[in-house]
Amino acid sequence: MKLYEIFIRAKSGLNHRHVGSLHAADPQMALQNARDVYTRREEGVSIWVVEAAAITASNPEQSEAWFDPAADKIYRHPTFYPLDEEVDNM
Amino acid sequence: MKKAIKHYLLRLADSSLTQSQRLAEWCGHGPFLEEDIALTNVALDLLGHAKLFYEQAAEISEQDVSADDLAFLRDVDQFRNPILTELPRGDFAYTTLKQYFFDQFNVLLYAELMNSQYQPLAEIAEKALKESRYHLTRSRDWCLRLSLSTAEAKQKIQSALDDLYFYTPELFETDDQLKQLLADNVMPDMQALKQQWQQQVDQLLQQCQLQAPTSGWLATGGLRGEHSEYLGYMLADMQFLQRAYPGCEW
Amino acid sequence: MYSQGLQDAKGGQEPEGLLKAFQKRIDNEEKIEPRDWMPEAYRKTLIRQMSQHAHSEIVGQLPEGNWITRAPTLKRKMILLAKVQDEAGHGLYIYSATETLGISRDEMTRQLLSGEAKYSSIFNYPTPSWADMGAIGWLVDGAAIMNQVPLCRASYGPYARSMVRICKEESFHQRQGYDIMTVLARGSRAQKKMAQDALNRFWWPALMMFGPSDKDSTHSAQSMQWKIKRFSNDDLRQKFIDATVPQAEHLGLTIPDKDLKWNEERGHYDFGEIDWQEFIQVIKGNGPCNKQRLAARQKAHDEGEWVRKAAEIYQQNQQDTV
Repeated sequence: MKLYEIFIRAKSGLNHRHVGSLHAADPQMALQNARDVYTRREEGVSIWVVEAAAITASNPEQSEAWFDPAADKIYRHPTFYPLDEEVDNM
Repeated sequence: MKKAIKHYLLRLADSSLTQSQRLAEWCGHGPFLEEDIALTNVALDLLGHAKLFYEQAAEISEQDVSADDLAFLRDVDQFRNPILTELPRGDFAYTTLKQYFFDQFNVLLYAELMNSQYQPLAEIAEKALKESRYHLTRSRDWCLRLSLSTAEAKQKIQSALDDLYFYTPELFETDDQLKQLLADNVMPDMQALKQQWQQQVDQLLQQCQLQAPTSGWLATGGLRGEHSEYLGYMLADMQFLQRAYPGCEW
Repeated sequence: MYSQGLQDAKGGQEPEGLLKAFQKRIDNEEKIEPRDWMPEAYRKTLIRQMSQHAHSEIVGQLPEGNWITRAPTLKRKMILLAKVQDEAGHGLYIYSATETLGISRDEMTRQLLSGEAKYSSIFNYPTPSWADMGAIGWLVDGAAIMNQVPLCRASYGPYARSMVRICKEESFHQRQGYDIMTVLARGSRAQKKMAQDALNRFWWPALMMFGPSDKDSTHSAQSMQWKIKRFSNDDLRQKFIDATVPQAEHLGLTIPDKDLKWNEERGHYDFGEIDWQEFIQVIKGNGPCNKQRLAARQKAHDEGEWVRKAAEIYQQNQQDTV
């Protein structure tokens, strides 16, 4: 059996979110198992299953090089631009 | 007509309850964890259907009885399920094929019962149909998986087919009371249903490359309260507390 | 449902700098994620604790599973089925979380069936009576919840997340157990006796679920430092007793401990000595049902073998024909 990662949309309008994993022999079985394992309490309206082996992930050892540079780009955020009080709710 | 409706509600309730009881025996013992959980979901759905049918039967009963009284205080000769659903759980192939026959039957039946002139039955059928459709998807998929894989699995499901096949015609059995209900548009024509069912089953068996046996004991009698030896043991187990401590709340 | 105690793993030789940085992340309440660097001992400790926890859920299906076919009403049957099914689900969530540490479920199953891995001792006690379904829900799930709520903040992300889900789902488990006990305690004389008898049998084993006394637990310090564990065994046990005694009184049931007494000064109940010899025996495999529980798991595993195999071969056949 293969390991599948399970993603569930809790309700329409929301993204699919990773909820966990399970074992299945084929994608159809993975979907059915995901329905029975992860939506027993009305947790979802849509399911994605992805074979765990098919996921390419970033390397945590490179996380500083990858993600820290975004920290000083404060001009990307609206709070970087002070406004006069009269128009402050822009 | 009330009497006939109650009779039919018990037929439906007893079928779902006995089928559920057997499936529930897998809980904690399934072939792998995911399947353990999935089988229990089906058992829970069927138990839910049984409860609705029993409640309706209790509601129209002339005596003051509850759904639990009907499930736990009737003896073998008062149960109305076909023998198929009381058969032991067997191995996974046996459970799977039994479930497939039952699911295929229920999906066709409930689709018809949704149009029943007896409104409470139509309502229960609508709910039960949704769940049964999912059950059917699962049991069909498993029939294919077991049939078209290893020699061992194929042999097991073929052997289950040999054992179970002649229990299925009983699903469509009727009696005078049921014929009256057909005339009153409460339930569908079981012969027509049987044809549809047979067509679906033949198709799947062909896909699965399985051979239906040509002869065997043709099961009959559940509707009249004539059952196999298995039902008595099932009831002894299921009804133990209610029988040993009569009149208690639980 | 729950894992018991915690054993330490021996640390290897790891760079001081990495170890320090790791501890700093833990101290800052940062979560550790699967691909992050972690000390080997942390990984091993987690694998041991989490797999024990998962095994406990799976074996924990059995004592209650006993009563599924015999539950006394349709409603009770549904509740019990749903609860035992939840336990399978919880085992699955924790196995999944443990797999992120680099061990397969197959290997964990092998360890369980060979007896190398442990599971909670409580599930080695028999459930001869329906009231045991009440006692297990009330006491065993009650004790489990005490343990599991702090685990929702465990430092390892996948473990903490699975515990959040589990705690949410388990909130009904203890209540349904207490509900069974309530009905029995207010029922016929025979039913009340049944309830008291179940309490008598499950009280002490439930207290043992929190693991050895702090003075005898040598492994706790490191786990506390790693924030895999947040409260000591004795603290949690005391908390459980304090919460449970009034619940028993409310039902008119008697806790089977003649030394149980409210201590005004401490603000806690004093209680009698736990029979740790019994605990050690059960953990060693000499409890009343150890053999039956493992045999049942082994049987399910063996009988499922051809099914798992068939599903895999079918998938391969399908791919070949595409």
